[in-house]
Amino acid sequence: MKITINVWRQKGAQASGRLVKYQVDHVSPDMSFLEMLDILNQQLISKNEEPVAFDHDCREGICGSCGVMINGLAHGGQLATTTCQLHMRSFKDGDEITVEPWRAKAFPVIKDLVVDRGAFDKIIQSGGYISAGTGSAPDANSTPIAKENADLSFDAAQCIGCGACVAACPNASAMLFTSAKIAHLGLLPQGQPERKSRVLNMVATMDAAGFGGCTNIGECSAACPKEIGLHFIGRLNRDLLSATIAGGSSVD
Amino acid sequence: MTTETKPQVETRKPVEYTDARLNANAPAGPLEQKWSKHKFEMKLVNPANRRKHTIIVVGTGLAGGAAAATLGEQGYNVKAFCYQDSARRAHSIAAQGGINAAKNYRNDGDSVQRLFYDTIKGGDFRAREANVYRLAELSVNIIDQCVSQGVPFAREYSGYLDNRSFGGAQVSRTFYARGQTGQQLLLGAYSALSRQVAAGTVQLNERTEMLDIIIIDGRARGIVTRDMVTGEIESHLGDAVILATGGYSNVYYLSTNAMGCNVTAAWRAHKRGAFFANPCYTQIHPTCIPVSGDHQSKLTLMSESLRNDGRVWVPKEKGDARSPDKVPEEERDYFLERRYPSYGNLAPRDIASRAAKMVCDAGQGVGPGGLGVYLDFSAAMKRLGENTVRARYGNLFDMYERITGENPYKVPMRIYPAVHYTMGGLWVDYNLMSTIPGMFVGGEANFSDHGANRLGASALMQGLADGYFVLPSTIGNYVATGGYSQVDSSHPAVAEAVNAVKDRIQKFLTINGTRTVDSFHRELGNIMWEYCGMSRTEEGLKKALTLLPALREKFWSDVRVLGSGNELNQELEKAGRVADFIELGELMVRDALERGESCGGHFREESQTEEGEALRNDDEYCYVAAWEHFGDPSQAVLHREQLQFESIKLATRSYK
Repeated sequence: MKITINVWRQKGAQASGRLVKYQVDHVSPDMSFLEMLDILNQQLISKNEEPVAFDHDCREGICGSCGVMINGLAHGGQLATTTCQLHMRSFKDGDEITVEPWRAKAFPVIKDLVVDRGAFDKIIQSGGYISAGTGSAPDANSTPIAKENADLSFDAAQCIGCGACVAACPNASAMLFTSAKIAHLGLLPQGQPERKSRVLNMVATMDAAGFGGCTNIGECSAACPKEIGLHFIGRLNRDLLSATIAGGSSVD
Repeated sequence: MTTETKPQVETRKPVEYTDARLNANAPAGPLEQKWSKHKFEMKLVNPANRRKHTIIVVGTGLAGGAAAATLGEQGYNVKAFCYQDSARRAHSIAAQGGINAAKNYRNDGDSVQRLFYDTIKGGDFRAREANVYRLAELSVNIIDQCVSQGVPFAREYSGYLDNRSFGGAQVSRTFYARGQTGQQLLLGAYSALSRQVAAGTVQLNERTEMLDIIIIDGRARGIVTRDMVTGEIESHLGDAVILATGGYSNVYYLSTNAMGCNVTAAWRAHKRGAFFANPCYTQIHPTCIPVSGDHQSKLTLMSESLRNDGRVWVPKEKGDARSPDKVPEEERDYFLERRYPSYGNLAPRDIASRAAKMVCDAGQGVGPGGLGVYLDFSAAMKRLGENTVRARYGNLFDMYERITGENPYKVPMRIYPAVHYTMGGLWVDYNLMSTIPGMFVGGEANFSDHGANRLGASALMQGLADGYFVLPSTIGNYVATGGYSQVDSSHPAVAEAVNAVKDRIQKFLTINGTRTVDSFHRELGNIMWEYCGMSRTEEGLKKALTLLPALREKFWSDVRVLGSGNELNQELEKAGRVADFIELGELMVRDALERGESCGGHFREESQTEEGEALRNDDEYCYVAAWEHFGDPSQAVLHREQLQFESIKLATRSYK
């Protein structure tokens, strides 16, 4: 296959960027999208041009490092698929593909396709945990957890923190990401003691980081490689409402 | 070398090795009391004084993340580092199948003693008894700790935890979270770490790569790092350094490791005096998706848990090109069930991989190039129904289909062995301290617990045992024992290490050669896979020893690294890693050549039984090979730690 690709090139955070057109020949349908970018980079280096910077690591769809807008869709729009798991067989010979970084105020571009997603870590640091210090745990089977709750909690816990939800959202909202952690912990008995302070603190941090509000569009869930459901946002809102009515503030 | 079975009567006297520098420091006394005795005897640091001590932790996977979080909880001043953009992305996240623990929730005869024995036997009797026993002991605490953090393990309808079986065990002791156990455990450690970051006890440095270690008065006192966004070279000093930087499978270029996994931190420490142990012990995992072409950048594992219900087979006939559904039952060779009837498809990884290689070498392999075997779920789907199979392995089946474009519910998966894990690593004593005082090593980066082969679901167990329980105790003892003075960045050793790092970066950027870093990495991978892969010979290893120094020389004269050092420069990062991998490769080959026996993942063709099983030689090789660096890998000197087995008897490792 021959592919034409328009890639966002941006030297650094302060530089202005632009789309640059490249031609990649000898693309095999069995290649992953990132392997196609590898080939492009090998070509560029051989021509003494700087390769395209992009984040990637496990290439198994679980670390959450990779993620770019492909033809305007986060991770390329294939259901439940990260960029590294998208394969060239879903494109046609002669296709022209546009590749851009995540676009969100809270995710500033570092270089080319690489963005800073540190705001996600800040949200987790503000309450995305159960305060169970090492050594204090009772026997694991001392608290049975209904299988349906454990399974639902797992569904939420699968979030890989890639940022596709933010990139896909017209408001650049981080509600799906935040709600996944709120739901994961809130569905478990161990998560109850900190449930109210958790939601208040995490939402406050999320707002302060510059993410937009949620207007129930649903692009986030459609773009999510782990298919995290929109209903988790409902859970977050319910927790937030009850914590607020209970008179909680965003400080413990 | 002979290929005959070992004679029954021993005439030779076993060789005993002792090396004063390799004192394991395992406490005396009965095995089951060693750890509690040691914990009592270790010195403690008063809680109010802990914040005055800085502990540097490199790597935020299961071992590093858990250690940093726990040391932070205890009140130490922790500085943690990772090369990824977030601590949550360390490669532990990709572990699929599960984590072992001797909970005996199944009431099927499990115990600490049995987990200990299975692990020692699984490692082909090449691990240190005391360390492995402690690992089995701590396994039960790990599960408790993770559940209390909110790790959503699989449960039964009763609400109690579920278990599955894994290779090399006849009990069901593996806890799991669908096919994403590593992810859930790592996110647990990451959440504990995040809590400490918020509490101010842990200072987390992401996108920061460790490029050297600072030794002052013979002790590890700090590290030199590069900020991967700005390129700034910095030094960080402290009381002790923990390396939890993972394994070195990427020396083979193609492996199941993440693209960024590298040996640089461990290799830099080795070059500064840390002994590197058993580098030739590598694990080739039997169930990976086969290579599809030259463009391949990495390989993807299909969890070993699939072998609970999947049956491995090839056509009996050589070169049988029929589609799998056209091959009648009696014309199939279920070679694992045939050769290892009591463990069947759950034979340990090294054994299952070699068996797959043997049938493929014999021309029975399937798929492109004949480098594949079937992993077939049709019997399980008939027995359990497609829905049950989907519930157990749904995400793995989906991943297989995304990568190959084939639907495994309809056609059998094709799998082939791939490099997955490295049992070798920096030598550590019972306290997980390396030969450099003050430098501790945890998780896959050390060598200590898996011997010559790691059993499935044991890596997560070891990483978390080291991180949550062992290192936080032994670090406290080291700090409390003291004997070292305060240092600051004006010490000449700091400037020396910083300048060495800067010079090396400058060198990469000014070679201006013709070849890309990747092209060298691929060439290295081909040499290692060909001559130091699943099967090794004296001849092949000697050949590799001529190819690798030549490759090293070519690399340093002809690599092309564009851009500058003062910005995000992924080629520069790779260049440093590949340069270290080339040197490590040479040491691996030397180690493989020196170890003239077959054991676990190290298979020397000269040392096998008539049936083609690994033939161990306990008389000559019952030791840990620990290499000391001098100049370059060809000058490295071998030291031996004799393995002493007090509670178990060395036996032939059989899964028949």
